[in-house]
Amino acid sequence: MALQAAVKGKLISVIGDEDTCVGFLLGGIGEINKNRHPNFMVVDKNTPVSEIEECFKRFVKRDDIDIILINQNVAELIRHVIDSHTAPVPAVLEIPSKDHPYDASKDSILRRAKGMFNPDDLVH
Amino acid sequence: MSGKDKLAIFPSRGAQMLIKGRLAGAQKGHGLLKKKADALQVRFRMILSKIIETKTLMGEVMKEAAFSLAEAKFTTGDFNQVVLQNVTKAQIKIRSKKDNVAGVTLPIFESYQDGSDTYELAGLARGGQQLSKLKKNFQSAVKLLVELASLQTSFVTLDEVIKITNRRVNAIEHVIIPRLERTLAYIISELDELEREEFYRLKKIQDKKKIIKDKAEAKKALMLAANRDQDMRDSVANLLDEGDEDLLF
Repeated sequence: MALQAAVKGKLISVIGDEDTCVGFLLGGIGEINKNRHPNFMVVDKNTPVSEIEECFKRFVKRDDIDIILINQNVAELIRHVIDSHTAPVPAVLEIPSKDHPYDASKDSILRRAKGMFNPDDLVH
Repeated sequence: MSGKDKLAIFPSRGAQMLIKGRLAGAQKGHGLLKKKADALQVRFRMILSKIIETKTLMGEVMKEAAFSLAEAKFTTGDFNQVVLQNVTKAQIKIRSKKDNVAGVTLPIFESYQDGSDTYELAGLARGGQQLSKLKKNFQSAVKLLVELASLQTSFVTLDEVIKITNRRVNAIEHVIIPRLERTLAYIISELDELEREEFYRLKKIQDKKKIIKDKAEAKKALMLAANRDQDMRDSVANLLDEGDEDLLF
């Protein structure tokens, strides 16, 4: 099973606002599997945090997903779940959304890297 | 750490050789692990600087992508729901390869095209140009993000491995080597002690032997003296006898 999964191409999943999701779907990463589970999740302002959390956990568990893209403002909501995910695969990437500029100091990975490099590099 | 701790071993020549061998092995291992940690550290720094570079680049690319989305929406009208409902199969997929740094496997992601574009007909009526630009922008964004993801994965993996390696290096340097050295010192001191004891014992035996020899010699001398006395007396008598005999002529 694991070998088969390794040979087969893996997916990229997206958790984010509608525009981000639409953009990446047009980029061609969207897939709905046999059980009608999509590999993306649209978050709007009415989506409860628990639902995002659950979705994130589900994506982490799925073995056909290698990369999870998540809007930084959404990542802020479930920061504790993201911080507790320490395994290298799937890789969790925080991306800027349309109406929230990217803040490097909030990024889980960059925060771990803090102190190892010049703090001036962070502020760009 | 307790200052006196050492291996529980019987102090003998054999054990000394054994510990010497182990100490040499530990020092060699320490050197090798140090080299490995350095190699990993070099790679780690490289990846770190690349991550920061790519993250800033990603900000730019995402901004452009979002802008082209707005453009496309302006010309085509709202197509969000259409796109969200028409998802079928992924067109861009990821392959992972393995890279090897000093015995650590790092996954490298690579995106590739698989199957045809699901939204080939989107924007057929109007805004086709904007839509294709939008697609292109997001595809390049995906490529960049995949690259970033492999960097990030390498970063996490290397971080973990470097921590483990450093822990091992420190354990060997500060626990194992001192312990072996202490054990060796203990064995040497014990062996010296044994040697001194042995030397003393030999001296003592020699003394004892000398005393016995002296005693025997004294006894012998005494006996000899007594014998000579007897002889003397005998010879004196003989001498007298002879004299007597002379007188007979």
